[in-house]
Amino acid sequence: MPAPAQTRVIFKHIDEAGYTNDLGCYLRHGGYETLKKSVARPPADLIEEVKKSGLRGRGGAGFPCGVKWSLVDRKSGKPIYLIVNADESEPGTFKDRYIMHQDPHQLIEGTIISCFANNVKQAYIYIRGEMPEGARILEKAIAEARAANFVGPNILGTGYSCEIYVHRGAGAYICGEETGLIESLEGKRANPRIKPPYFPAVLGLYQCPTIVNNVETLCQVKHIADIGGEAYGKTGTPGNTGTRIFCVSGHVQRPGYYEFPAGTITMGQLLNEVCGGPLPGRTFKAVIPGGSSAKVLRFGERYKGKRKVGAEMVDYDWGVEDVPMDFDSLAMIGSMGGSGGVIVMDDSVNMVEALANINAFYQHESCGQCTPCREGSLWMKKISSRMVHGDARKEDAALLKSVADQIPGRTICAFGEACSWPTQSFLIKFKDEFEGYAEAKKSLPADRLALV
Amino acid sequence: MNLKPETFQRIDEVITHYPVKRSATLPLLHLVQEDAGYISEDAILWIAQKLDLQPINVLEVVTFYPMFRRAPIGRRHIKVCRTLSCALLGGYKTCETFQEEFKTTLGATSPCGEVTVDFVECLASCGTAPVVLIDEVLHEKVDAATARQISAGIRAEATARQ
Repeated sequence: MPAPAQTRVIFKHIDEAGYTNDLGCYLRHGGYETLKKSVARPPADLIEEVKKSGLRGRGGAGFPCGVKWSLVDRKSGKPIYLIVNADESEPGTFKDRYIMHQDPHQLIEGTIISCFANNVKQAYIYIRGEMPEGARILEKAIAEARAANFVGPNILGTGYSCEIYVHRGAGAYICGEETGLIESLEGKRANPRIKPPYFPAVLGLYQCPTIVNNVETLCQVKHIADIGGEAYGKTGTPGNTGTRIFCVSGHVQRPGYYEFPAGTITMGQLLNEVCGGPLPGRTFKAVIPGGSSAKVLRFGERYKGKRKVGAEMVDYDWGVEDVPMDFDSLAMIGSMGGSGGVIVMDDSVNMVEALANINAFYQHESCGQCTPCREGSLWMKKISSRMVHGDARKEDAALLKSVADQIPGRTICAFGEACSWPTQSFLIKFKDEFEGYAEAKKSLPADRLALV
Repeated sequence: MNLKPETFQRIDEVITHYPVKRSATLPLLHLVQEDAGYISEDAILWIAQKLDLQPINVLEVVTFYPMFRRAPIGRRHIKVCRTLSCALLGGYKTCETFQEEFKTTLGATSPCGEVTVDFVECLASCGTAPVVLIDEVLHEKVDAATARQISAGIRAEATARQ
């Protein structure tokens, strides 16, 4: 079956010739019309539209956005904050970067609509420290929007006021975790908070109810407010509505970002047709489907079981290429759709060395407050690096796996899972390669591509 | 603190963005580092006083976030992405090339004082790997040959300055 055509909604103007990131250009393309419509509606209607749309968060967890909003404590009398999570850091993910650099007003419009819907008076955009240009572009765009009365006091004469400020991170991956982000925005180390009691919807920024949404999610909200939740829900598949942006990197002919109706494209269509297949003379070996913490898939393995199609249960028997790229199917085969970052590795890659690279990342990024994660990520890195640079032993495979197995479920935040899933899945799917690495290493070319 | 007048202005402005002063810790550290090049002992004491904090509250933030540094570096900061997608397309070779070009080692400043080469984790531009952030400018698809070109450009600019 040929791949469906791209449906660019959020990325409609990305890389479009002549499209600039200033307010004038945005207005010429119908910008802020949705905001004008939205502020004339009761806020509760907008929340209802988002619930109806079935929108799931695009940051990684895929949590329903409408549900997130409905959990917000509106009775305490405390101010409600909204934080735009623009700390795009999950390795393999690079979609929000383009929205912020090339179409910042789309994000600002989505943010103000979301703030209006939730009676938020103050929003912060928490952007990665490594995107100084993005921060400047956003600040300029907010100033333009403020001058045009789309942001700030008495927006469009409605009596509703909302301010947005840009807040820069400083190079810590853990700030993508929402409670870590909140700590960071409060001026502290980004140590995630324990839940309960610190659910952001109740005890978030400054102990006030707080909504944290990803950049792409808020852009999707703008689109929902425009066409209505029901119409939005018709794109994609039930449970996976709207469009999904896939960021493909690694060993394919045409890496990049591609937007499709959610759940309508398979891994095979994405990699072989859209991305042009493997590099000349190579074959695909493994793929990580949803950012580097998602569990790896090995080409050649089969996934079997029963799944719900409509009201019926049907059998499925998939190879990696057959898997639909939606949250539920990827979860069903033991991985996750996560942030949409697809990292592809071909047969030139040694999996021990690839894992050593990933382990170095997680060791560097562990915030250090929970012992299993701090020590576990360190030891996984030490063992896998030693295998590559020093002596590898057959029993290292089992050792690595045993360290990884002792981390998840024993930490305050999901970093424990994020750092152990790569090791667990690599060790299960490529066990032979890990056990045989000591022998195989002797015949690997010395000038091979270094991964760690 | 010896900072440019506009830095002081921006510091006073940014503090007004937050209902709680402490939130301005990261913004102030960025502003001071951009102006002074690094975060000195004095800077920590000054920021603490400015935000009604204890110096330890600022120090613990400085040591937590990789972007803040406690010592001066070269005129330019070359940050090569180390993470998987870039490594799969030769990020390590790119980093090595910069080190050779400027006769320096990872994390150290080149003898000419012109650059400091560092590995950093994912820069969120994996589709154009390998990527390198030089000061505030992102360079994409930087293979060894492009790294040599960029290095030559930096050296030429340095010569022109002298």
